[in-house]
Amino acid sequence: MTNMFTTPSRLRKARAAAERRFRWFGLIAIGISLTFLFVMVGSIILKGRGALSTSGIAIVVDLNPDNVDPNDVKGTRFDSLMKKSLRNTFPDVKSRKDKKKLYGLLSVDMGFELRDQILENPAILGGPQKLWFTASDDIDLLLKGAVDMSLAEDNRRISDMEAGWIDTLTAAGDTRRKFNAKFFTNGDSREPELAGILSALMGSILTLLVCFLVSFPTAILAAIYLEEFAPKNRLSAFIEVNINNLAAVPSIVFGLLGLAMLLNVFGLPRSTPLVGGLVLSLMTLPTIIIAARASLRAVPPSIREAALGMGASPVQATFHHVTPLALPGILTGTIVGMAQALGETAPLLMIGMVAFIADVPSSIVEPAAALPVQIFLWADASERAFVEKTSAAIIVLLVFLVLMNLLAIFLRKKFEKRF
Amino acid sequence: MSKTTSIIEAKDVDVFYGEKQALNGISLDIPENKVTSLIGPSGCGKSTFLRCINRMNDLVDICRVSGDIRISGQDIYAPEVDVVALRANVGMVFQKPNPFPKSIFENVAYGPKIHGLTANKAEMEELVEWSLRKAGLWNEVKDRLNETGTGLSGGQQQRLCIARAIAVKPRVILMDEPCSALDPIATAIIEELIDELRENFSIVIVTHSMQQAARVSQRTAFFHMGNLVESGNTKNIFTSPKDERTQNYITGRIG
Repeated sequence: MTNMFTTPSRLRKARAAAERRFRWFGLIAIGISLTFLFVMVGSIILKGRGALSTSGIAIVVDLNPDNVDPNDVKGTRFDSLMKKSLRNTFPDVKSRKDKKKLYGLLSVDMGFELRDQILENPAILGGPQKLWFTASDDIDLLLKGAVDMSLAEDNRRISDMEAGWIDTLTAAGDTRRKFNAKFFTNGDSREPELAGILSALMGSILTLLVCFLVSFPTAILAAIYLEEFAPKNRLSAFIEVNINNLAAVPSIVFGLLGLAMLLNVFGLPRSTPLVGGLVLSLMTLPTIIIAARASLRAVPPSIREAALGMGASPVQATFHHVTPLALPGILTGTIVGMAQALGETAPLLMIGMVAFIADVPSSIVEPAAALPVQIFLWADASERAFVEKTSAAIIVLLVFLVLMNLLAIFLRKKFEKRF
Repeated sequence: MSKTTSIIEAKDVDVFYGEKQALNGISLDIPENKVTSLIGPSGCGKSTFLRCINRMNDLVDICRVSGDIRISGQDIYAPEVDVVALRANVGMVFQKPNPFPKSIFENVAYGPKIHGLTANKAEMEELVEWSLRKAGLWNEVKDRLNETGTGLSGGQQQRLCIARAIAVKPRVILMDEPCSALDPIATAIIEELIDELRENFSIVIVTHSMQQAARVSQRTAFFHMGNLVESGNTKNIFTSPKDERTQNYITGRIG
């Protein structure tokens, strides 16, 4: 007698094959997406790693009173002193063209660097001193091994003569690589070796701050009103449709709106985090409203009934009981919206945050750059050395994003309650 | 039947949900300091009637109530009535235990707090203890008042909801199938509690269990298809119902 629990083997095989197939499809899909993620993050980190270090060159500068008057350090012409010191280091360089190349070993900021070192430590004045200076971007790439010296001389940025100078300096122990603190303390610059991310980072932080302060309270109040108090009629249905549509409007349109309204009609200052934040808040507003309404709707009606049954007024029931329970969901939606805003470039281009801003902004009405715009600008720059800066800026942006998401997870865990 | 005063007097109450009429001219008096149970098959309107007494039906947009409901002689649907004050006097316990996801203490203290019933912390602590004792929960929770109320067992949660309701010292407590989500032991504890509570409060309870109605209530009203079929002393209703529909329901032939 056959067992009644065995099924015909053909059916069973087909079913088992379908299960296996589906499992494999799933694994392959996950594998593909993880591969892309690793390739992307990996290549960015590999490329951006270089920007975290910078090269220095040591040369002897004669700081005798003839060259630098100890009583009038600020009046000294440091650029010519630096040039003289470079000529003294390589005395056989004679032609005008070669001298220009020689001066190009160091960053154009070499004069300021010398002055800063003297102001910081006046004791070095009086005689010859060996001091460290930032190497120029091409030399930096050479020292990092990023220049292919096997190419014909015409096809590379470094001539054999420059490479020879660097070899001499390296042999004497007068080149070094150190952590690139300037990348985190400087604003943008035309010179890659001096360019830093701080102005863009501060710009992004201030912009997001404005965006958060405008969109978070507005969106929450709008969501609470629509979900808990608004009568369910044609008007509220119409508003709901419009909010959903607003979430799907391309961001550049918001940029145009900001340009037309905020800049041209209201005359707010161009390129500032204030305007950037306002434009981005138009974008995040619908995102937060939709997320907040969804999480308000997810609060069990029994909680509302319990509060109202106790004699709480609708406002008390909403703010004492319903909103706190919806808060984790609202915060998640907010962070998602803010993360979108952080990565948004197009609307910022429209309101002029694409301008070259070297100064670090300290208030929301000063011109500022933003991280994604900075990435766009550096990716577009012609100097080779900006390639690693671009990747490094992307790393900073990603780290910022990860920190924001961690904050979201932390807040979620903190406010989460069982019901 | 001995002399009783009525606390709630309903006269010709009609309730409509949109076009659909849920209650047809209900007239029912509910005695003070007694337990009145409302029985009847599902959808007969007993919960709807209960929710008219503290105006929870106001929350349903399409719900319309007409007729006259008086508590202690005052019309609760009069335009000048403050619903918040009404609900402070008419507490409610729901079918599913629904404590707030806050501490046990805060659950009980919430009502007194929003109604400003206590002057200081000591009074509040006293009131919370009194309420929890009345609800027979004090001994079980006195050492963990700061733990969350949703961590209690189902029966304890329902007693917490009762403690929360009596903390504002209402005159009437409405209970909407308070034991339908509980096991028999928790049910027995609650039934005992209801019997004790009628000393201080007038209780109206909706129940699907006829045994429960027989055990806990002194008065019973039988609803059927939006009509009040019969009401009277519980004993009379269960032993000698006048209407055939009541007879059929309590013997299990309809329901």
